[in-house]
Amino acid sequence: MRRYFGRKLLIYALTFFVAVTVDWIIPRFMPGDPVQTMLARASLRPEANQALQAYYTDLFGLDVPVWQQYLNFWNALLHGDLGISIWQFPQPVTTVIMRAVPYTLALLVPAILLSWWAGNKFGAYAARRKWLDNTVLPLGYVLTATPYMWLGILLAWSLATVAGLFPVAGGYSFALEPSWSPAFAGSLLRHWFLPFASLFLVGFGGWAIGMRNLIIYELEADYSHYLESLGAPRRLVRRYAFRNALLPQLTGLALQLGVIVAGALVTEIVFSYPGLGYLVLQAINNQDFFLIQGAFLFIIIGVLLANFLVDVAYVLVDPRTRTGMRGGS
Amino acid sequence: MRNKLRLLILLSVVSLLAACTGGGSDEPSTGQGQGAAPAPAAGSYPRNETLYISGTQWGPPNSWNPITDWQYATGTEGLVYENLFLFDPLKNEYKPWLAESGDWTSKNVYELKLRPNLTWSDGKPLTAADVVFTFELGKFETVPYHNLWSWLEKAEAVDPQTVRFTFSEPLYQQWGNHLYNRPIVPKHLWEGRSEKDVATGANEKPVGSGPYLYQTHSQDRMVWVKNDKWWGKTALNLDPKPRYIVDIVNSNNNAALGLVLQGGIDLSNNFLPGIATLVKGGYQVQTYFPDPPYMLSANTAWLVMNTTKKPMSDPAFRKALAYSIDVNKIVNGVYGQIVRPANPTGLLPNWDQFVDKSVVDQLGFRYDPAQAKKLLADAGYKNTGGDSFLEGPGGARIELDLIVPNGWTDWMESIRVISESARAVGIKVNTQFPEFQALVDARNKGSFDLLINNEKQVSNSPWEYYDYMFRLPVQDTQSVANFGRYENKKAWDLVQQLDKTPVDNVAGMKKVASQLQRIQLTDMPVIPLWYNGAWAQANTSVWTGWPSAKQGDSHYAPVTWRNWLELGGILTLAELKQAEAK
Repeated sequence: MRRYFGRKLLIYALTFFVAVTVDWIIPRFMPGDPVQTMLARASLRPEANQALQAYYTDLFGLDVPVWQQYLNFWNALLHGDLGISIWQFPQPVTTVIMRAVPYTLALLVPAILLSWWAGNKFGAYAARRKWLDNTVLPLGYVLTATPYMWLGILLAWSLATVAGLFPVAGGYSFALEPSWSPAFAGSLLRHWFLPFASLFLVGFGGWAIGMRNLIIYELEADYSHYLESLGAPRRLVRRYAFRNALLPQLTGLALQLGVIVAGALVTEIVFSYPGLGYLVLQAINNQDFFLIQGAFLFIIIGVLLANFLVDVAYVLVDPRTRTGMRGGS
Repeated sequence: MRNKLRLLILLSVVSLLAACTGGGSDEPSTGQGQGAAPAPAAGSYPRNETLYISGTQWGPPNSWNPITDWQYATGTEGLVYENLFLFDPLKNEYKPWLAESGDWTSKNVYELKLRPNLTWSDGKPLTAADVVFTFELGKFETVPYHNLWSWLEKAEAVDPQTVRFTFSEPLYQQWGNHLYNRPIVPKHLWEGRSEKDVATGANEKPVGSGPYLYQTHSQDRMVWVKNDKWWGKTALNLDPKPRYIVDIVNSNNNAALGLVLQGGIDLSNNFLPGIATLVKGGYQVQTYFPDPPYMLSANTAWLVMNTTKKPMSDPAFRKALAYSIDVNKIVNGVYGQIVRPANPTGLLPNWDQFVDKSVVDQLGFRYDPAQAKKLLADAGYKNTGGDSFLEGPGGARIELDLIVPNGWTDWMESIRVISESARAVGIKVNTQFPEFQALVDARNKGSFDLLINNEKQVSNSPWEYYDYMFRLPVQDTQSVANFGRYENKKAWDLVQQLDKTPVDNVAGMKKVASQLQRIQLTDMPVIPLWYNGAWAQANTSVWTGWPSAKQGDSHYAPVTWRNWLELGGILTLAELKQAEAK
């Protein structure tokens, strides 16, 4: 057990290092100079511009050699300091990100878990049931092939702009201030629903299709036929098939996490939802090295953590992993 | 096994949430963290007392420091911190605001009288000492108006209501700009702040003198609340009706348009394509003019040519390019007539009196492809390469890239028209859409061929535009003016001479402007294209009394952009009335 997790943790640590390094390098490949871009928005007199350019370049630590910037970055990171946002100057990156994170998590976590759970249930139920297989599953194919953004725009247009059932934009009503009131909670929920729904629907379609195919495969397996020939009830056979089919779906979940996070970012932009997505887009547009780094750092940690949880889940769900670990130690 | 799985899912949800909200709870949240912000009001704004605006704030509000005038949340200057004067670009006149009057008492002494009984929102009096203090902050090198002190000698408070400015070299036009562009800050709260704090601090909980106070903010909004003790109520007899102003941060076009259509925004200062259909479509949406061009003009869009590169270094080529561009096709086709074609001088409509008609008649250009071809042929541009495009006098190939930032859709369409127009007379112009920061880089370093720029806004003096065209010396990095790197010593001398002409000497200003126009139209360092609009779409369902060209309505620029509140935006707010309940 310890060796298994020890090895896993080492791999995670290595992945983290590489991912964060890439996260640091990529923004710096962008053409242009962030301070120059920032000051381009200020209509300054030329003399003032020069002085400020020098001042801000020094302030953001961009006046030292690149290798030193990289070391400074790790040093600051290990002290929990992500720097100051250029675009949202003078706010620290951690403040900016922490303000957005609750919104993104509130979208992502329920969307991922509910779509996985509901998709698997539904897929398993629909497999080998002709009328469902023929009517609802094609819809699943359409859903899973839909880009998040497109479904988002479609939902915003139909349910918000035309039908007026839901608000078009924002995290909560523009007429409210955050408070512990039912009105505020209701407003949060109404604004949350459409972005959640567009993430949920795409995920749901994918998991349902996958599960349906796996169940059909499992029902064709020898052990199923054997059970059936022994006279086991259909329910029991399907339950065994379901458990076996769940494992690949769990692996799929781990693989899909990155895609879903990216989808959530796009969805947030469509609905102007005040989460990380909007931040990432603006940070890139404004060449805000520090905010890009911070936002992606958060995503990296999130995805690694979720993957780790899936690893743990594997141990619990699949007896073979446990046996394997015992044999190895 | 199944139960274990469920438990696991539950656990992971809990741990993820805990990991993330736990980290966030210690930050000084000012609006979004649940429960962290003590909501002063009941927590909701009544619709009929709230004005919703959008189109001004291009990112989450994060600074209320009026000194950093490109970073503060829009409204910080204008709603909270106020200026000595307003400038009304529609009438070309200064309106006394904090100041009661101001005069040049001699060639280099300007004396300013403040209104009596001005107060800060914390109750302390606003006096001449605060004005002197604000200007003296410019002695810090990192304060944007530091360079004022290279020609201002001293500022002194003669008595609590009088400030005397003594200049070493009076630059009258620039000073006219400072008079309505310097937000005055309270000495008693700012004294003792370090240079770093003044130049880069966020100045949370701003204390100003204006009609509104900070209420709250979050990532997607900025909320202001009315200052009931505002001095202007009695002194100016102005009383803005909206109790709350909610400024919604710009997001994407479809969300912005959706909010306007749903009546969720009372004043949108966004560029919304197809506004003509909205105005005529019964959405209760109103613009300044009921017919084309619908909008007032805010700035000139220029075609900037890199004059250090061939063939843009040749004035004849630049002129021919000007003749080749079909601006009307852009105005009608791309913009649906919500912009106006520019005068050949590029001076905005409010500077019409400075346009020398005789110079324009003699040297001005218009869309005339035949004339463009003739100019090119006369200057030795011939088609020697066998394709359908011209080569330079020495047979050099000509292929130019015209760039605008990616995503600026109206400009992207416009340069397609320009490229077609240029190709029609034989100049090979390609269109390219780099990202904004790449474009800024190319522009500042001078590595571009052609680009479009509109950074100079309407102001008190055409001097700003000539400074933009002719500014010398050309440096390695040209970050604010003369992007085309055009060098003409005589023109630059004239620009400086204009700066030193007193603002009330209109005849003198006209004389210099005329000479500058002669140089400009002969040499064509930049080509004026069209006047961008002061985009303003007002919804009349909750608030009425919006300014418009109609007789009986007030005539101000209904714009709340950065630095536009002092150009009439604040007066627009003061004129609003609640719509009759239906």
